[in-house]
Amino acid sequence: MLPTTSLNYDGTFNGLLTCIFTNYEEKLKITSINPPDIKNGDLFSESREVITDTSKAQRVWKAFKRYVSNKSLKAVYYAYLSENPGIELEILKYFQHTFQHKKCIHGDFANLNVLQISQTAKKVGREKHRMEAFVRFQLTKDNIYFATIEPDFNVLPLIKKHFTSRYSDQQWIIYDTRRKFGLYYDLQKTKVICIDFSEKKDVPAENKNFFGNTELEYQKLWQNYFKATTIKSRINTRLHNQHVPKRYWKYLIEKNSLSN
Amino acid sequence: MMFDRIKEKLEILADAAKYDVSCSSSGSKRSNKNKGLGNSDGMGICHSYTEDGRCVSLLKILLTNHCIFDCAYCVTRRSNDIQRAAFKVQEVVDLTINFYRRNYIEGLFLSSGIFKDPDFTMERLIQVAKKLRLEENFNGYIHLKSIPGTSDELMREAGLYADRLSVNIEIPTISGLKKLAPEKDHSDFIKPMEKVKNEIIQYKSEKKIIKSTPIYAPAGQSTQMIVGATGESDREVMLSANHYYKNYNMKRVYYSGYVPIRSDPRLPSMGSQVPLLRENRLYQTDWLMRFYGFKVEELLNQEFPNLDIEVDPKLSWALRNPQHFPIDINRAEKEILMRIPGVGLKSVSKILDARKYRKLNYGHLKAIGVAFNRARYFIICDSRGWESSDLDSGKIKSLILRNSVGKFRKEYTSQLSLF
Repeated sequence: MLPTTSLNYDGTFNGLLTCIFTNYEEKLKITSINPPDIKNGDLFSESREVITDTSKAQRVWKAFKRYVSNKSLKAVYYAYLSENPGIELEILKYFQHTFQHKKCIHGDFANLNVLQISQTAKKVGREKHRMEAFVRFQLTKDNIYFATIEPDFNVLPLIKKHFTSRYSDQQWIIYDTRRKFGLYYDLQKTKVICIDFSEKKDVPAENKNFFGNTELEYQKLWQNYFKATTIKSRINTRLHNQHVPKRYWKYLIEKNSLSN
Repeated sequence: MMFDRIKEKLEILADAAKYDVSCSSSGSKRSNKNKGLGNSDGMGICHSYTEDGRCVSLLKILLTNHCIFDCAYCVTRRSNDIQRAAFKVQEVVDLTINFYRRNYIEGLFLSSGIFKDPDFTMERLIQVAKKLRLEENFNGYIHLKSIPGTSDELMREAGLYADRLSVNIEIPTISGLKKLAPEKDHSDFIKPMEKVKNEIIQYKSEKKIIKSTPIYAPAGQSTQMIVGATGESDREVMLSANHYYKNYNMKRVYYSGYVPIRSDPRLPSMGSQVPLLRENRLYQTDWLMRFYGFKVEELLNQEFPNLDIEVDPKLSWALRNPQHFPIDINRAEKEILMRIPGVGLKSVSKILDARKYRKLNYGHLKAIGVAFNRARYFIICDSRGWESSDLDSGKIKSLILRNSVGKFRKEYTSQLSLF
């Protein structure tokens, strides 16, 4: 029996591609690929660290690109951003499959691996769209429109373009409090930023002192608008919750009480 | 800004506008090229949902709810004793911009009661749109209501600033309109529609020659019909919808179940149920017409003037036409696949992709996302056995109903004594 290996990588997309490169370079039999915070639970395989190497990563990506459609490229990248446990191994399988058949396998939905990548990508796409919808900016006293999010998947890289082209005449920040980085648009371009909020009260969204009076007035107006636009004789809570699952309510000014 | 006063107006004028169901914010091509605010070149976004489950994507308000007309189905009719209010043009502009900057909305949906006369009203609506575009450099979505009876010149100007224009036909039949809105003339509704249609056609042909032709209502026009107010049949509603799709190039026709607002001998009594299920079935039919290649006459005709409440219209059609089935999943063409109950457009395109790689069986179809409980009786594939070989339509229907849970089931189970 071939000895099996599990790889640890730094969690970046290039890191994952490097793992795939290593797999081919050393003809390994890989049982798991783990991002930094996940411990390898596999007792019987040798554990190895993979150092991200951009040139190796690019070689894999280029070879992959030769065979597949844009849909396939997108699906793989989106699936990677899901951060689902075990998704790395599925992506590896997807690559192996493609290289083996020397053609794009994106449409082969009867293949479980392909279906899983495509469904995961779909979920990530849905979360991206939700964030584009549910982000609520609050105007700080420094004239920056500020929002925090805590998405299920790492969608910040995906929503950058949307917000940059939409709000190109105002400064804004969208900060992912779970993954601890954010996007900051400074009227020229959008950068990735890291801010250290050591305490909860340091997060602007949690502390009303960061905002001016008019900000609260607009929030109240929006809450009132939301209430007025409901048709009482058609109330359908089930449908409502289906469209706006409860875990997203924390973003939504209109779903929170008027008291503050 | 006088927030207290604005708040009061907003409540009154949002409340009055909420019966307009159009909410779409997609289909425009206005991209943000000038470092301005907003873009609307992608798909629409629903920023929130009301507790009745409708999406909130635009700030939907009336400019005013003062109205010189007295249409029986409308909340803001002259004889109704309600609070009246009116926004100033600048107030609407400020609200829109400030909501948009906070990512609450995709844009503005502005309608109005008719004060003084149609042209006077339409002029004000245009002023708002013009200000947003020219002064605020706003590229978000703007949907303006075309006021029935507006002159052609104003309709031309409206389309230069708005993404979508709409006139609500409200009552599907001309006789119904006469009864409920005696002061309005059917042709008042048609005139602005006709103008917008012609302008769009003209824009498209000029655009081919002169690239800088100013963009005209890029998201097209739509209309809305109230159902359940005048006793019209589903067939009448859909024929009427089809007429507007065909002859006025409508992007959408919306169906709005009548919500009783005030007792009137011409209308369903107060407290009568909003026909939600009927509305749902009409939308399904609308989709079958627009995307699935069905003709109205196939789904609704002299013999079947109303839709089956128990099952969706496609299934109902399939049960009436068993001669077209079973369909071979692995061979049938796209147009034929689209006719299988339980197989939607997404599934069709997945099937078309997946069957290039291998023959599909029941397991594959389930994994792809086909509604198998419905589809199984109408297909053959790479699995053995054809489910309905000795079943007739009635049996299939009761089997499907037995093995599924419909969200509206409790509303009609009491009538389910036929089988």
